[in-house]
Amino acid sequence: MELFSHLATGFGVALTPVNLLYALVGALLGTLIGVLPGIGPVATIAMLLPTTYALEPVSALIMLAGIYYGAQYGGSTTAILVNMPGEASSVVTCLDGYQMARRGQAGAALAVAALASFFAGTCATILVAGVSLPLSALALKFGPAEYFSLMVLGLIGAVVLAHGSLLKAIAMILVGLLLGIVGTDVNSGVMRFDFGIPELSDGIGVVVVAMGLFGFAEIIVNLESTEKREVVRTKLGGLWFTKEQFRLAAPAALRGTALGSVLGVLPGGGAMLSSFASYTVEKKLAKDPSQFGKGAIQGVAGPEAANNAGAQSSFIPLLTLGIPENAVMAMMVGAMTIHNIQPGPQVMTSNPGLFWGLIASMWVGNLMLVVLNLPLIGIWIRLLSVPYRLLYPAILLFCAIGVYTVNNTSFDVMQTAFFGLLGVVFAKLACEPAPLLLGFVLGPMMEENLRRALLLSRGDPTVFATRPISAGLLAAAVLLVLVIALPNMRRRREEAFQEA
Amino acid sequence: MPIRNPRDFWSGVLFTLFGVGTLAIGSKYTLGTAARMGPGYFPRILGILLIVLGVTIALRALRVRGEAMPRFRLRPLVVVLGSVVLFGAIVRPLGVALSTVILIVVASAASSEFRPRESLVAGVLLAALAVGVFVIGLQLQLPIWPLQQ
Repeated sequence: MELFSHLATGFGVALTPVNLLYALVGALLGTLIGVLPGIGPVATIAMLLPTTYALEPVSALIMLAGIYYGAQYGGSTTAILVNMPGEASSVVTCLDGYQMARRGQAGAALAVAALASFFAGTCATILVAGVSLPLSALALKFGPAEYFSLMVLGLIGAVVLAHGSLLKAIAMILVGLLLGIVGTDVNSGVMRFDFGIPELSDGIGVVVVAMGLFGFAEIIVNLESTEKREVVRTKLGGLWFTKEQFRLAAPAALRGTALGSVLGVLPGGGAMLSSFASYTVEKKLAKDPSQFGKGAIQGVAGPEAANNAGAQSSFIPLLTLGIPENAVMAMMVGAMTIHNIQPGPQVMTSNPGLFWGLIASMWVGNLMLVVLNLPLIGIWIRLLSVPYRLLYPAILLFCAIGVYTVNNTSFDVMQTAFFGLLGVVFAKLACEPAPLLLGFVLGPMMEENLRRALLLSRGDPTVFATRPISAGLLAAAVLLVLVIALPNMRRRREEAFQEA
Repeated sequence: MPIRNPRDFWSGVLFTLFGVGTLAIGSKYTLGTAARMGPGYFPRILGILLIVLGVTIALRALRVRGEAMPRFRLRPLVVVLGSVVLFGAIVRPLGVALSTVILIVVASAASSEFRPRESLVAGVLLAALAVGVFVIGLQLQLPIWPLQQ
């Protein structure tokens, strides 16, 4: 079995003491920012990216990946104990998790969330490993036309499944693509959109864009609202759950895992979409839907399994096709590029240790999380009682040091501040920043593939429609837009996001 | 004509301006042909698409009603971004330790619950942490004290 020998290679890499340490650091940091509302995985990865320069690429990626799935574990803790989502993907966990906590079943809710997440994480790791081989083989057959169409589908899919205005999201992608091509054009050597600033000749850094739009802007918007965070002291209750609760939770976790695994692979999918979808499904399937919102354990088990499965399976398109499908994966592309790894199907063959090591580390990290999380809950609760007025300056400090050390110039800090300002403007205008980041990361790749495809076809644009795979991908993109544009579907899409 | 959806209207205007700016700056770059794209080809496509989308969004905002613009508060914006820019400017001459204290105290003033003494204590503790983690632990090339290097 080829897969097993690959996984053996992977565990060989993931289980070295150094990589175990970085998996632990990533998972713990992820849990930390998952617990704390107001800072998400994108800003955290941006913050830590500069500190990974000196590391082996595989250790760096293991740590950064741990932040994303670690955040899924941490987010549920805050949701259950404080009735506030620590992470966007645990919004739905608040509904029933907090109600369980109020009934003195906080311990059971936390245990179910952790175990469901672990189960989902295990399944998703196997899925990532199993699907990667055939998908990479397929992707290696792709020419530039197919890649261009794939990116179009990826970007369109990313905005169709996200909430908010479709037109604005597409416009944000375009802004991102334009920001992505700032700097020296690789083909002609011409400096583009550099405004005469020599520092921009290498382009704008992904850390700068992500930290400004996701880190600074978020803090500023949070500071504008005066609402105070109350930490509710609840008794944890027993950490174990009853047989009856298990009977209800287990199938929900199974369904959540399946749903998250599928939705995570889709462009625009990932942790958040998966948890919302799972909650809706559980509510529909339940014998007594009226229990939902009053402490139904399925409403915790399903979404928590789904968000973790979704977080992990969203690595599939990145690792096999080189296409990021959400903002966190865009940061992973940034991380790989910084370490001189071109994301795409060739990573598996040219760098098997890194590829399989990263996958194996996800399971190792999940195991660490489930073992560590419950004993550490006391610490997380105490952290939650740190007021925001003390928390945000510390976050700013880490951001500032992180962004300064990318190139050791204060110019980067100023650029980040500019993107912070832009992020606040976008927030006021209700424009989601995630599509911009995706476009930003894909900009240069998209231009290059468009250029090559048209060079090969001697300028004939029909090449995208006459090559079957490319045509299929583009047709899927058009179909997505049409489906969403139908008034009926639009209403249902909005409902799906509002129900939770 | 009344603006029924100000948030969408101004986003549309912003996108249109982005597009116009792109075309204005991008007109300097060689266009080339589809088969031999110059550096100006891709940006021009994006610029035109942005203008089309921006105008569409703005026009729709005249018909379809939406939420009002949320209020803009200047203090958090200016103080937060200002403190970070200040940090970038002083970290080299003053070193991590002092710059951290300054950043924390200045940034804390962005909050309506600003407590000067508390923020000073936090600044000193975080300065110790920053030096320990970044300069000693991660070995980043940053001076700790003023005028080292």
